[in-house]
Amino acid sequence: MSDVSMVVNGRKVSGHVEDRTLLVHYLREHLGMTGTHVGCDTSQCGACVVHMDGKAVKSCSVLAVQASGSEILTIEGLAATADADLHPVQAAFREHHGLQCGFCTPGMIMAATDMIRRHPEGLDEKTVRAELEGNICRCTGYHNIVKAILAASEKMKGMAENKETVAA
Amino acid sequence: MYQTNYHRASSVADALKLLQDAEDGKFVSGGMTLIPAMKTRLAAPSDLIDLRHIAELKGISVEGNKVTIRAGTTHAEVATSRELAAVCPAICDLASHIGDPHVRHMGTIGGSVANNDPAADYPAAMLALGATVVTNSRELAAEDFFTGLFETALDDDEIVTAVYFTAAETCGYEKFPNPASRYAMTGVFVAKNGGDVRVAVTGAGGDGVFRSADLEAALAANFDASALEGASIPAEGLMSDIHASAEYRANLVVVMAKRAVAKARRG
Repeated sequence: MSDVSMVVNGRKVSGHVEDRTLLVHYLREHLGMTGTHVGCDTSQCGACVVHMDGKAVKSCSVLAVQASGSEILTIEGLAATADADLHPVQAAFREHHGLQCGFCTPGMIMAATDMIRRHPEGLDEKTVRAELEGNICRCTGYHNIVKAILAASEKMKGMAENKETVAA
Repeated sequence: MYQTNYHRASSVADALKLLQDAEDGKFVSGGMTLIPAMKTRLAAPSDLIDLRHIAELKGISVEGNKVTIRAGTTHAEVATSRELAAVCPAICDLASHIGDPHVRHMGTIGGSVANNDPAADYPAAMLALGATVVTNSRELAAEDFFTGLFETALDDDEIVTAVYFTAAETCGYEKFPNPASRYAMTGVFVAKNGGDVRVAVTGAGGDGVFRSADLEAALAANFDASALEGASIPAEGLMSDIHASAEYRANLVVVMAKRAVAKARRG
């Protein structure tokens, strides 16, 4: 067992966990934040993507102890970073119907936000599709997801660095 | 996942000490292979020694055409390094196609070479570029370092700390990703320095990464994809599995080599 402490969506949290606890299980079962999903157990589907110190990672492939000391942003905290009810990427997914069952959506949105941050110059369809390599959706055929990400990227262009930190 | 004990190392010396004190410890860096292997209980180390916070293992330095990449450098950092792109764009290109963006934020070059997955990308680059693998105790040429499937010359208590190489005049990498896992079913890295051409193949060899003397000779005479028209390599000794037969991989090696040369020539 180890003590862990980290900042999750701007809030300092700490706990005592088994060393084998995955970050996603710490978020879901210890903190009760079930927005981050487990879709596959084989590190392939990307439903569990969160941002660790500003970068997209698969929270099913990182131990909570590895993440101790870091800043984590999950889907629950995303809108607050844009100081709005919905983050522009969330709004674009709604506008363009970028989901069907919705299970992969939290991971898709966290991956998309990271993708847009890394491409402040803007995105094209080919890049978006290549960058979605680590996120699997079994409903949509990706078409509307790609459309939503392109629309959000267009909207956010010019905001060179998207703020990752939540105002305390 | 079975129980394990986590330790965060503050330096290479600290990591070695932590391993010594562990019953059956393993070093973890990005953990993009080890953590999934532990989840499926294919690996069950008693202790995990985390190398990710060791400052001395971070960073890329380029002096002239000599490149040093420290072991804890992530694939994303290699992929986006402008300094590196100026002298050896092929290695940035290779890193930008490992796994997916989330994996590239965690996975490291040191972890990749130390694991020596027969379908990993970096070993081909290391071999073709004639890289040297630096550990806490010695330096090894890539051809002496990679010894077989998931096997290297590393001792149990040895940590890869960096790799260095001289950037080739021209080089390129192409792979045929497995449609499901996206690991290289065959990947070929070509590097040309004057009349010297090296062709290293990953994902295909029954003993892991290897060089193809036949393709090297053909390309040394004429560094153009057309030089490989009608070329073939023997299927003997290549991997054969549910994804591809040895014969299919033998064909892929030539096809990927042609594409790698074409890419290298485009620059």
